[in-house]
Amino acid sequence: MKLTGAQALIKSLETQGVEVMFGLPGGAILPVYDPLLDSSIRHILVRHEQGAGHMAEGYAQVSGKPGVAMVTSGPGATNIVTPLANAYMDSTPLVVISGQVASTSIGTDAFQECDITGITMGITKHNWLITDVNDIPQVIAEAFHVATSGRPGPVLVDFPKDIANALMEWHEPGEIILPGFNPITEPNPESIRQATELILSSKRPVLYVGGGVLKSRASEALSILVEQSGIPVVTTLMARGAFPDSHPLALGMPGMHGNYTAVTALQKADLLISLGARFDDRVTGKVSAFAPNAKVIHADIDPAEIGKVRTPDVSLIGECRRSIEELTRSLTERAATKAPGETPLLPLQISDWIKEIRAWQDEFPLNYDKEATDTVKPQFVIESLSKAADDGTILVAGVGQHQMWASQYWKFDHPYTWVNSGGLGTMGFAVPAAIGAKVGRPDKTVWAVDGDGCFQMTAQEIVTATAERIPVKIAILNNAYLGMVRQWQHMFYDERYSEVYLSPDLPNYVGWAEAMGAVGFRVDTPEDVGPTIDKANEIDDRPVVIDFRTDVTEKVFPMVAAGASNDDIMVGPFGRKGESK
Amino acid sequence: MTSAKHHIVTALVENKAGVLARVAGLFARRGYNIFSLAVAPTHDPKLSRITIVVDVDSAPLDQIVHQLDKLINVVEIRELGPSDSLERELLLATIAVDSQVRSEVIQIVAALGGAVLDVGVQCLTVELAGTPESLDTLEELLRSYEIVAIQRTGRVALPKLRSTGSQIDNLRIA
Repeated sequence: MKLTGAQALIKSLETQGVEVMFGLPGGAILPVYDPLLDSSIRHILVRHEQGAGHMAEGYAQVSGKPGVAMVTSGPGATNIVTPLANAYMDSTPLVVISGQVASTSIGTDAFQECDITGITMGITKHNWLITDVNDIPQVIAEAFHVATSGRPGPVLVDFPKDIANALMEWHEPGEIILPGFNPITEPNPESIRQATELILSSKRPVLYVGGGVLKSRASEALSILVEQSGIPVVTTLMARGAFPDSHPLALGMPGMHGNYTAVTALQKADLLISLGARFDDRVTGKVSAFAPNAKVIHADIDPAEIGKVRTPDVSLIGECRRSIEELTRSLTERAATKAPGETPLLPLQISDWIKEIRAWQDEFPLNYDKEATDTVKPQFVIESLSKAADDGTILVAGVGQHQMWASQYWKFDHPYTWVNSGGLGTMGFAVPAAIGAKVGRPDKTVWAVDGDGCFQMTAQEIVTATAERIPVKIAILNNAYLGMVRQWQHMFYDERYSEVYLSPDLPNYVGWAEAMGAVGFRVDTPEDVGPTIDKANEIDDRPVVIDFRTDVTEKVFPMVAAGASNDDIMVGPFGRKGESK
Repeated sequence: MTSAKHHIVTALVENKAGVLARVAGLFARRGYNIFSLAVAPTHDPKLSRITIVVDVDSAPLDQIVHQLDKLINVVEIRELGPSDSLERELLLATIAVDSQVRSEVIQIVAALGGAVLDVGVQCLTVELAGTPESLDTLEELLRSYEIVAIQRTGRVALPKLRSTGSQIDNLRIA
């Protein structure tokens, strides 16, 4: 069967099980958009290529399948650079197809030519420039394999126009042989044994759970480990939902804006069991002062993460789920071998530690001015959204204050219900990522919480959502400022506010939402918060945008200043029981 | 000048377009310093060997090796300790000479086991292949004269036979 390169590409994507892709056509990728008309793949036409990339990320994060996006050469390709960098930082599997000028024109500064494989070398796991039409089935198979195996991440396939038009004899891809790509999946048994001994001898252990637990679909395995061992759990920004917030051993989020107990439990621990986390600077604060008395067990599938920031006592290189399962098995076996009359080894005898943790939880709860009646507190909006949400609702956030409040005040009880931009911190992520998430899980309600600054970066994708009938809900916490920057200027730059004011009314958010085919609401008072959320939850045939006019003076607390030790956590004016300043 | 903070990393990479850019780009974006780099195809046409001398002050060696290993085109990578490896490098230098110093330069080069490759009216071009230290010595001595041009190849290295015992397979990378 003779196929054009373009047909072979679409057929290869179908072979990989692709059901949905996000993209926008243009000159160099035109040939590929023709066979797409005859394909089973649903294509979602975005309004800007950055939207395609973030949609593919949102889709991947909630569905567990790789996200696929297709763009044209030159500006189409450069517009998707930010999503690639974002996916690389957050280990999201993404396959991006970029059109390229004809291979005979490469290097001549042809119209809409750019060296996208060069540009994206440092922000993809790997990229390919197809130079022979016969390579297409194999390269696409390799691209999906690399994106989804080991530590997941983005890849890019650059596809010259003459290759798309050339003819090839169709063949299925062969065996994937990548001699330089052999991720280790099984943890070393001796390391498991050493980790087991460290755990059994610890008095103040904490499970430091990162995004790798979600990537390796290890939430259930983690629950079993926690039940058996009785060890408390912190979930990083990338791991919210990996362990239910409603569990008594869930301590919530650590880090710069983590709650007092989660931050302090890590600081005071004698053992950190890091599972798929990477000791990010937003978690550790000043590295030399981070968890100074703790031994470290570091489980990660990426050997380069081991010792990158903190040298562990035991490293478990392999799939996180397998490391967790093996730890549970080893702990249980070891506990069963105790001598008669000896205290049971499991759950661990750490009641003093738990008591200490409970005292912190009691004294330093996450809190804000709940009595305020004259202004809408952003935290109250998140709590109200969370309370009104169906079980399993997916929450998506942009980047900034609203993201931290969302992570702090939403109750996460299920994996894959939280989508945000963690590592890169990409403003404008929320709207397109929410659309992608809704496409990936049409059975679930998807709420995006966004800032007014973020919203203005990518709001045009609401047009995509309306046109494609993707009913996402967007809550803008509109404080008329680039809030997080304003917070830093307030706290660290003597209240000298430089270039952070945005205006609450420009743009007119309700009018803008309606112009894009969405329903728009505006909320000015605390009493209106609940009823408006209820109205939004009833709408299921189009996108909804709520413009919440929130208190501009509100700051994210607790906070550990950049570069400070986690011991110097600031809990804020309402962060200590019985106190308000 | 070579120093004790330098370590040799030897990598077998797929002989494909852009691989050197991936390796060099990784060093640049992770903030590692390359002291010298040599690359050429091996007896297997599918593979090239890259020998990189790195300045380990810029990052822990383990981290450099692990990050390089993540590149899909890097098939195998290992560190070669200075005492476990044979290292060689080639130096070419053109020195301005008048009739008075010409013979001095020739003597120095000969004493270090080098050779004169080319003789001009006002210049000499000399070569020395040897250990990086012997090249350092020559370079230092030549600084007393007017160096017109100098080019070193960067180190190449292979494991010493005694460090691998009798197992010939230990010598085969990949």
